[in-house]
Amino acid sequence: MTEVVREDFLEEAELNRSSRKDSQTLRWTNVPFLKDLSRIRIAESSLLPRRAPNHLLTMGNWVVNHWFSVLFLVVWLGLNVFLFVDAFLKYEKADKYYYTRKILGSTLACARASALCLNFNSMLILLPVCRNLLSFLRGTCSFCSRTLRKQLDHNLTFHKLVAYMICLHTAIHIIAHLFNFDCYSRSRQATDGSLASILSSLSHDEKKGGSWLNPIQSRNTTVEYVTFTSIAGLTGVIMTIALILMVTSATEFIRRSYFEVFWYTHHLFIFYILGLGIHGIGGIVRGQTEESMNESHPRKCAESFEMWDDRDSHCRRPKFEGHPPESWKWILAPVILYICERILRFYRSQQKVVITKVVMHPSKVLELQMNKRGFSMEVGQYIFVNCPSISLLEWHPFTLTSAPEEDFFSIHIRAAGDWTENLIRAFEQQYSPIPRIEVDGPFGTASEDVFQYEVAVLVGAGIGVTPFASILKSIWYKFQCADHNLKTKKIYFYWICRETGAFSWFNNLLTSLEQEMEELGKVGFLNYRLFLTGWDSNIVGHAALNFDKATDIVTGLKQKTSFGRPMWDNEFSTIATSHPKSVVGVFLCGPRTLAKSLRKCCHRYSSLDPRKVQFYFNKENF
Amino acid sequence: MGQIEWAMWANEQALASGLILITGGIVATAGRFTQWYFGAYSIVAGVFVCLLEYPRGKRKKGSTMERWGQKYMTAVVKLFGPFTRNYYVRAVLHLLLSVPAGFLLATILGTACLAIASGIYLLAAVRGEQWTPIEPKPRERPQIGGTIKQPPSNPPPRPPAEARKKPSEEEAAAAAGGPSGGPQVNPIPVTDEVV
Repeated sequence: MTEVVREDFLEEAELNRSSRKDSQTLRWTNVPFLKDLSRIRIAESSLLPRRAPNHLLTMGNWVVNHWFSVLFLVVWLGLNVFLFVDAFLKYEKADKYYYTRKILGSTLACARASALCLNFNSMLILLPVCRNLLSFLRGTCSFCSRTLRKQLDHNLTFHKLVAYMICLHTAIHIIAHLFNFDCYSRSRQATDGSLASILSSLSHDEKKGGSWLNPIQSRNTTVEYVTFTSIAGLTGVIMTIALILMVTSATEFIRRSYFEVFWYTHHLFIFYILGLGIHGIGGIVRGQTEESMNESHPRKCAESFEMWDDRDSHCRRPKFEGHPPESWKWILAPVILYICERILRFYRSQQKVVITKVVMHPSKVLELQMNKRGFSMEVGQYIFVNCPSISLLEWHPFTLTSAPEEDFFSIHIRAAGDWTENLIRAFEQQYSPIPRIEVDGPFGTASEDVFQYEVAVLVGAGIGVTPFASILKSIWYKFQCADHNLKTKKIYFYWICRETGAFSWFNNLLTSLEQEMEELGKVGFLNYRLFLTGWDSNIVGHAALNFDKATDIVTGLKQKTSFGRPMWDNEFSTIATSHPKSVVGVFLCGPRTLAKSLRKCCHRYSSLDPRKVQFYFNKENF
Repeated sequence: MGQIEWAMWANEQALASGLILITGGIVATAGRFTQWYFGAYSIVAGVFVCLLEYPRGKRKKGSTMERWGQKYMTAVVKLFGPFTRNYYVRAVLHLLLSVPAGFLLATILGTACLAIASGIYLLAAVRGEQWTPIEPKPRERPQIGGTIKQPPSNPPPRPPAEARKKPSEEEAAAAAGGPSGGPQVNPIPVTDEVV
């Protein structure tokens, strides 16, 4: 482009030189210099690498990728708000609770509204952890778009959100009830003959039905006594303590460092659910009965409360009844689903697992190749493994490292804690029998989508490289037999780790893939780069010295190792320019910070025109 | 369960209990419940517990995630030496702190939670755990030019003069590439570029 402009410039300069008489007759448009310089500028800007779009385009891309999550969360929040406001207004305005409000005020409505939200969220909290149900949904919805099925991966995030909402509403509920109890206590103690005190003294004489209003029956009863002797109070305290213990042991730090503490403590949810079911049995929330309202409506009779006992007054003493418990209606179905889920998990775990091969890799990595009847997997899925001889109740997740085309399934276990170390030690014993293994799964994640993208960018950081073993093997098998389902034409694989010791098995996989690709003559299919982040000047010096060697000194692979972290902007812009019209799937298994930078790059380098290059980001989470 | 550091969970639990004590105390004081002065105590106790428990101790194995801004409280907590290092002391302290809050319904939840935290600290103390502060790593100032290696100042060692004497044809052939006999004469002047 620049050359064309220059030629024009020269031509015009020639013309002007010939027609020019003197400088005063020159109009500025005839001066070729300025005009053509601007043309040169425009030409050059089209040669520039495409600058990253501004914030609006980034946001646009984000919305396109996440619209379903946003919609789902908005609906969930909206339902929460709606239920809260609806219950609040009901208890604040209804005549049935007129007398109750006289004692308690608005905190009655607060407590009931938060109770309704608690019911709703307790119903929702069990659903995202039903792994098998979600797998079933994922399988039946295979006709659904990628975006919709991806949302099922965020089940744990939703579980946590619902848990936070439960904590919030628990706080509101407890604080409101503290005020309620205090009001009840005060009106019980009051001797001023106000409406509140009259109402509180109701029904101690009437034995039938117990149409009392104030649960604090005598002047000497303390609120603490009522709390711990009523079903509602006792279950409330037990539920809240269970909730707090569950939350403190489920913080990220504890979960990642001491998984067993989290796993066992989280089973306190049984107390929470049981407590919730029977929390409302006592019927402490009282409203006026229908019959009593027909007889002496509060709007008419409240003013004349001194005369209720008079024989000739129209108004009688109001009668009250408690609420039937309704929490169980909300949680019954999810509890049944969850029980079915656990039964299914147990049933699947009882099926026999045959261990066909045990391999001890360097740096204490154990590979187990197994077979199980009826087991079929997809790439990148994970299974839960239990070893009864080590721990009866613990199930630990492991990504499958074998491809579906192979006739066994395998996992690579690295020593990273109590359970794994014990397992590796148990398998190292040469003379004792192999421990029995129970397997539940497989459970699916986003890497099932990796074959749908023309260009796939796979990033594995550290231990996160494991799902890619399965993916790469599977892609290779599909490629060899020219599977039509494989849309992938090019793979860019980035392997980032501190040192390759613990992943030498993956190294071997890459070496064998490299060899096979050379044999088939398809060297350009898989482009991989290894980044060693734990490097020092000795390693670099050594590498620099062996620069000319054909294979890398660290890994033995043809591709040279890079040191440090990849510069994603460069990588993404190179891929974008090499594949200007493709849909590129970016798959990451690694830390959150890396996910953030990759997500940003995806948004930045996707063009808003859907026909041009699009980057879709998928993250594995465990 | 061999490697669980119970103190880490006790720390989370105690921090949560502190917050619950503060909340319960605020509710009781603001609502002027009966015996609300226990609520006022609960706020103070809650703040104290939160400040004490905010700096996370160092894990024995592996790296510890620091809480945001905890280095200021680490310095203060470190000052008390054995009183904060020893988990028996913490267990007893939390148990004692939780008792007065148990007299008021609004703060009884805080009591229960803090008592549980005290129990977990006792378990941690029995297993010999200790609170070690997370020290900030001294920042290594990059030495400017430290990694630049000087070219060798001595010529490489050569075999003695007799071995160097070769027939003239080989010398002529080797003159193009290899080192010639005698002192080193560089065909291109070499300048030493030091940044």
